[in-house]
Amino acid sequence: MRYSDEHVLLHTQRDTRTSRFKGWVLVLVPLAAILFQVYIPLFFQFLAYLELPLIVTVYFALMRRSPIGGLLVGAIVGLAQDSLSKNPLGMFGITKTIIGYVAASVGLRLDVDHPMIRLILGLFFFVFHQFIFWVLSRVLLGQQMNFETQRTLVLGLLNAIVAVSLFHFLDKLKQRT
Amino acid sequence: MDTLLNRYRNITVLLLVIFAQLILLAYQVKNDKDVRLIRLAAVTAVTPLARAIETVRGGTDGFLQNYVLLRDARSENGHLRSELGKLKLENQFLRTELGTADRAKALGAFEARSPSKMIAARVIATATGASASAVFVDRGSTSGVEKGMAVVTPDGIVGKVLAAYPTASQVLLATDPGFAAGVVSQKNHVHGILKGQGHGNCHVDYVQNEEKVETGEWFYTSGDDRIFPKGMQVGQVTAARAGNPFQEITVDPIGLANGVEEVLIVLAGIHQEIPDFKTAAQPMYLAPAVPGTAKEAQAVSTSGPNGTPALTTDADKITARYREVGEEQGHKFGENPPGSRPADFNLEPKMGEKDGAVVKPRAAGETPVSGAANGGRQGGPSTMKPPAPASPSPASTKPAPGVSPSHPKAASPAQANPPQ
Repeated sequence: MRYSDEHVLLHTQRDTRTSRFKGWVLVLVPLAAILFQVYIPLFFQFLAYLELPLIVTVYFALMRRSPIGGLLVGAIVGLAQDSLSKNPLGMFGITKTIIGYVAASVGLRLDVDHPMIRLILGLFFFVFHQFIFWVLSRVLLGQQMNFETQRTLVLGLLNAIVAVSLFHFLDKLKQRT
Repeated sequence: MDTLLNRYRNITVLLLVIFAQLILLAYQVKNDKDVRLIRLAAVTAVTPLARAIETVRGGTDGFLQNYVLLRDARSENGHLRSELGKLKLENQFLRTELGTADRAKALGAFEARSPSKMIAARVIATATGASASAVFVDRGSTSGVEKGMAVVTPDGIVGKVLAAYPTASQVLLATDPGFAAGVVSQKNHVHGILKGQGHGNCHVDYVQNEEKVETGEWFYTSGDDRIFPKGMQVGQVTAARAGNPFQEITVDPIGLANGVEEVLIVLAGIHQEIPDFKTAAQPMYLAPAVPGTAKEAQAVSTSGPNGTPALTTDADKITARYREVGEEQGHKFGENPPGSRPADFNLEPKMGEKDGAVVKPRAAGETPVSGAANGGRQGGPSTMKPPAPASPSPASTKPAPGVSPSHPKAASPAQANPPQ
């Protein structure tokens, strides 16, 4: 399938229309994502590699197309994630703040309703998220972590596939205008 | 100015939020303190939900199992009346409940057996982050849990409490790279530090290459870390090899071997002894004696009075001499009342008369010379001087047949010719 620039880039005011969500969706969906991350790996350990909080952050940032909204959602989700981790508060917070901001900025320019774009963005944001976290761990905490590119790409692809499915489900929770 | 702020509003907010979080991060790292309020809010929001989900899951699991069993019971016992079926269902349900309580019972038994004060807890969530080796348990500060407490199972250690919140606690597992505990090996009592590696196995560090650690050996907690009480099982050595500068010892943590579901938090630890290492008593093959030498060897080995084994050490010979002298004078060792006249140990035993020696009281300053009595050494019994080198008599230096020359004393006249 050929997907031309005209379909990828947004030009008109109609194209850049933001999506709206009900308040409970904005609260419960990130909470469910965090709950999934802390509870499900107890039974299925391989699912620990699924970054649902990241996927949810990217989704809301892309759909709302508001950089400030995106970074705030990222900061809150990230800090909640930090609270439940053994890391100092702020590691996931800073990472997801940047991700939320960049995702919202990308959402202003790209047609993020197309599954292929969503797949690529899912992969890109996962790798970007891992990279920022790795940089912060080394620079701010002095931890000697390795950045495993191949592993990150594979996990990124798996997360992207899940993201496309989840985005499709979350689209149904959009407020109709 | 307003226009400028409006123009760069997004990036300004981004920088402000990142800067605020950097300050938060710097505060925690520099002061080694946690911002408890934020964590408390998140844990309080999430862990009750996790606990509720876990309860629902357990109930659903039990219901499904019972339902399946009920279907089986119906198919097998269709002719039974409905009331009987209900009773069976109830019975089955109770059995399932009993089965699920088995682990808790085992924990309870261990809790009662162990001298340490413990509290049982259930794992309700894992920590966020793919590489994190930490879990949440459903006991918190309201149950008396505090940061730094040890977490164990009847099999072995699990980890330690990283943070205690009112309704839950975060436990750092022994496999986490940030975990460390003092350990000691069972067999050779080699001390080291157990460290997590981020995956299934742990590493015992700071063990010198000269110290002996064998594969298959068990490590126990040493109590040095003031977290784990001494004497708790840690794991078995899976690999031990020399390294630079310390040995590279890999330990398989037994407490985490079968996954962690129920654990015990040690509220007040009591040190225990490390169990002794027991080697299996294996039968040892002894080849038959050389023909012709067996009798001679027996003659020497039973050359003592009444066929008792020959005396081998100087102490044995001195003791035998005192006993002999005491018996001749009617002295009973250990029975004479205080103040009674002690035996005169300066007298030579009468056995010497048989050998032609003259028994007489020893003059002051005279030292006994009888090689049979004291092994040819000088020094009276009261002086207990260190033995001076003396030239042994030819009789004592000549080894008896079948006796090694390295033990010439065994061939002394008194032993070679036992009293008839």
